[in-house]
Amino acid sequence: MNETVLELTKIVKRFPGLIANDNVDFDLKKGEVHALLGENGAGKTTLMNIVYGIYKADSGDVKVNGEKIEISSPRKAIEYGIGMIQQHFSLVPSFDVTQNVALGLKDLGIIPDLSRVKKQIMEISKRYKISVDPDAKIWQISAGEQQRVEIIKLLYVKSQIMILDEPTAILTPQEANGLFETIREMTKNGASVIFISHKLKEVLEISDRITVLRHGKVIGSVKTNETNENELAKMMVGREVILKIEKKTSEITGDILKVKDLRVMNDKGLEAVKGLNFEVRGGEILGIAGVEGNGQKELAEALYGMRTYSGSVTVNGAQMRSGKVMDRIKHHVAYIPQDRKADALCGGLPIYENLFIKAFSSPSMSFNPYFFVPERLRLPSLRFIKDYSISASSVDLEVKFLSGGTMQKVVLAREIGNSSPKLIIAVHPTRGLDVGAEEFVYNVLMDQKARGAAILLIAGDLFEIFNLSDRVAVLYEGQIIGYSQPDESHLEEIGLMMAGVKNENTF
Amino acid sequence: MKIRFEKRDKKPSKLLIFLASLLSILIALVFLGFIILSLGDNPLTAYWQLVSWGLGTVPGLIQSLVSMMPLLFTSLGVLIAFKMKLWNIGAEGQFQMGAFAATWGALYLFPHLTNPWLLIPLLMILGMAAGAFWGFLPGVMRAYLGVNEILSTLMLNYVAIYWVNYLTYGPWKGPHSYNFPVTAQFPQSAIFPQYGVGGLNLGIFISIGMAFFVLYLVRYTKFGFHLNIAGDNLRVGEYAGINVKRMIILVMVIGGAISGLGGMAEMSGVLFRLQPNFSPGYGYTAVIIAWLARLDPIATIIVSFFFGVLLVGSQQLQLFMQIPSSLVNAFNGILLFSLLASEILLHYKIKWMRA
Amino acid sequence: MNQDIITSTLSGALRAGTPLLFATLGEILAERSGVLNLGLEGMMLMGAFTGFSISYITGNLWLAVIAAVLVGGLMASLHAFMSITLRVNQVVSGLALVFLGEGLSGFWGHGFVGMQAESFNNIKIPFLGDIPYLGPIVFDRDILVYMGYIAVPVIWWFLYKTTAGMNLRAVGESPDAADARGINVVLTRYIYTVVGGFFSGLAGAYISLAYTPMWVQNMTAGRGWIAVALVIFAIWDPVIALIGAYAFGGISVLQFSFQIIQVPIPVNIMNMFPYLFTIFVMLFASSNKIKKRFGAPSALGIPYSREEKT
Repeated sequence: MNETVLELTKIVKRFPGLIANDNVDFDLKKGEVHALLGENGAGKTTLMNIVYGIYKADSGDVKVNGEKIEISSPRKAIEYGIGMIQQHFSLVPSFDVTQNVALGLKDLGIIPDLSRVKKQIMEISKRYKISVDPDAKIWQISAGEQQRVEIIKLLYVKSQIMILDEPTAILTPQEANGLFETIREMTKNGASVIFISHKLKEVLEISDRITVLRHGKVIGSVKTNETNENELAKMMVGREVILKIEKKTSEITGDILKVKDLRVMNDKGLEAVKGLNFEVRGGEILGIAGVEGNGQKELAEALYGMRTYSGSVTVNGAQMRSGKVMDRIKHHVAYIPQDRKADALCGGLPIYENLFIKAFSSPSMSFNPYFFVPERLRLPSLRFIKDYSISASSVDLEVKFLSGGTMQKVVLAREIGNSSPKLIIAVHPTRGLDVGAEEFVYNVLMDQKARGAAILLIAGDLFEIFNLSDRVAVLYEGQIIGYSQPDESHLEEIGLMMAGVKNENTF
Repeated sequence: MKIRFEKRDKKPSKLLIFLASLLSILIALVFLGFIILSLGDNPLTAYWQLVSWGLGTVPGLIQSLVSMMPLLFTSLGVLIAFKMKLWNIGAEGQFQMGAFAATWGALYLFPHLTNPWLLIPLLMILGMAAGAFWGFLPGVMRAYLGVNEILSTLMLNYVAIYWVNYLTYGPWKGPHSYNFPVTAQFPQSAIFPQYGVGGLNLGIFISIGMAFFVLYLVRYTKFGFHLNIAGDNLRVGEYAGINVKRMIILVMVIGGAISGLGGMAEMSGVLFRLQPNFSPGYGYTAVIIAWLARLDPIATIIVSFFFGVLLVGSQQLQLFMQIPSSLVNAFNGILLFSLLASEILLHYKIKWMRA
Repeated sequence: MNQDIITSTLSGALRAGTPLLFATLGEILAERSGVLNLGLEGMMLMGAFTGFSISYITGNLWLAVIAAVLVGGLMASLHAFMSITLRVNQVVSGLALVFLGEGLSGFWGHGFVGMQAESFNNIKIPFLGDIPYLGPIVFDRDILVYMGYIAVPVIWWFLYKTTAGMNLRAVGESPDAADARGINVVLTRYIYTVVGGFFSGLAGAYISLAYTPMWVQNMTAGRGWIAVALVIFAIWDPVIALIGAYAFGGISVLQFSFQIIQVPIPVNIMNMFPYLFTIFVMLFASSNKIKKRFGAPSALGIPYSREEKT
């Protein structure tokens, strides 16, 4: 139990504009679960990518079982017994489970001996109690089952060092418990696990030791049974984090968003939203909780008009038409999508143009379509730069050069600053942002709520939902399985709902 | 040894971009020199022949301008689509259809119209309409069915070429076609005003004017603003309320119309009759011109002129050094490769790493 | 009389379809690795020119074919370097390859126009060639056509039954997954892009050494582009590619059959048929959303970078 299987010394990794890992020391002992804790962007994934051979450190040493080695590629990492389950799975959708486990195996032969692989998968499945169907095609199975396939891949090659990167992001609380049991089984059999997370409760439950990273530096390394939530939180952000935003109470007016029997298809042609009914009133924030992949993306896109649907969506009494974004813009609907780089901003265009992409669609602006000089938008842009503290050297800077937090500010400035929206659809609005930017976003949303806007907040992070919402709805497999109160005491109830267990007492 | 690319965190300056283009041309010329050497000819003499006539003599200059005209029209047609990342390779077909429509109008639809003030604008409209239609088809296919526009425009190119072939070998075969089929000559009222006898015609000035119009369209209108947004990120265009399907069709139609006008101008301004294979691939060269000009309409004028000089020069090469004019195609290919490589270097730093 | 039409059309389909088949199979392999190579027309032309000129110079047909294949691979490697290592826009790079191929083949081929060179003759396969009706059509052809017959099942078996084929499919569909499993994505893409070039060179050689034994500028007449469309039509599957290639071959020779039975469609209108049919086929293939289910290379045309921090 005292043997050190992995040792990282003074690891430095730089990217243009930031230092992702700043002289990081880290070690892993045999049979332990060592958690790597930190917020988004702290450098956890980068560090582990170095261990797994995806990145190369600028300086520093990696020692496996006492031997200093160069891990130049994932293949090399696998040879040293290191396995990693990343946040985005490495699975081939059209292959079945067996083929995915077999892919890249050294002794597979010219004609792959898939029956042998299948047999071994079943053995592993039995031994570690991981339920999986070897013949199922990846694109057909759930995220949780896909993760189990990833775990089997690691166990198949007898990985001794397993790195799990935010594994519970796509799991229900109950599935997460199942994962923890599997982890305990694996460490009992001699494996060592590095558990990357930003969730305090989890980390306290599963790990033996915890190392906290912040802005690329190691803040501290503690034994799990010698610390607590608050201490960890302080290390993670440098201050008391359970960010209690002052929830402003505001006058609640009538229904602004009314959704009836909404049905939306996803990209695979399957129904992702199966008959939703709900309302959001002016001055309130409705939080939609749920494990990612239960129809949130499709819901948001349908509501804003970027995806077709059947059913009725009305904003302020006006009927919206399926797939017509202009209807929404004309009725003052703002949308802050999940992937701001891909969906909300033109990376190659300057800030001032991004601030005004709705120049000709929005009813609050009128420009001459036949004589329009975009450069003249620079002046009005300055106001937004000031109001939203957008830190950029000039409005001419192309948006792709901005940081995540600054990008989000541009989106907010455009959606909210330009017109006073009556309905705001915000999806994971603080994803990838540091605490300062997070606080900024929360304050903006609170302000809008006070002004009487209706806000639909779709987020995976329960604490974000608790912080902001007045009501919580839980989305499970495309339907609202129940409502609840944004209070920690209701956490278990919400967790169960997220896993599909309907609570008879809701509403 | 591994090569790693690091994105530069500064936008390359206009000067740098210009120098990169210049460097690409030089590299292409060097390779061209090797190819010429392979035939046993002197590359330096070839270079000289290539540019001296088109740039150095007055009749040569005029011929260069005449060659520039179809190149400029088709490049502009292609440029608009490229700004939206729509790969319109169909300028050749749109050009041919424009020529066809102009011929149809001049010889068969309005043979008795003798007033050039009426006939010529009418022919221009016909040419633009035919080109627009030839752009409309792939536009609709792309907008509503997601059909790859590279292939659809390419296929339509061949259809247009065979259509012209059919007409000139068949029902429109003129009285003076002995060894080579040509239609009857355009009546005087269908011919662009000519300035002198070298071929300098109104069409050339119209093409330059068109470049300015495209500049206006792309920079100072709502259409241009939306074009830039959709070109950067189609999804964000949708998000901003832009009707993306309509944009796609509109862009293909406008581009097609401009190329079609080019075909009409080639008829009314230079050739005065329709014949098979009257285009040495203007529509394809247009792709390179648009790329080299970095999709800037004014730069397109200069680059088209440069290629006009090259075209004229390649004919000189063939005449005096027996070097086949297909050399220019090879040059275009190498140039495009150098441009692509230089584009990468402008935006990324190359780092050599020890594995 | 009617029997002659059918026989000649079927024969023509096999002959005209063979170059299409080779080019399509090669591009299927390249695209399966995730690289889009639109330069088929240029590579085929260089293949045709190389094949013809080497045959003329040396009189050795097989040397000519090998040379053509190698030239195709050489051109493809240029595109591979641009697309994989430099990560330029693959569409434009492919186009540049076409220009290059057209230019160089026309330029160097100038002196070979009107010349005669060794070409492939038909070889009748014993027993099979004597089957009534079908025998002479299918089994009395030149050896390259037979190579086409064999290529399809071989490539099918390779793609779906071997480990290398499985790796190839993984690289095209999920390069991240393949990379994480230790498969060298870059090497895979290089290999299959060049292999695609080999096939295109072979296709071109067929045209100038067997189909119409001569050299004429731009003699491939757009067949490289039809092959690009055929890859989509075939949904990246070699067997469907076979059906498509021979079908297109049949359509392009239809005009001769029509002339014999004196269908009054002008030659030039009939020349349009293959291209119009290609458009029609694309309309059909595009509206089918079965691409995802059948494992189309979803990473097609997107350069792969392990370190790209998004």
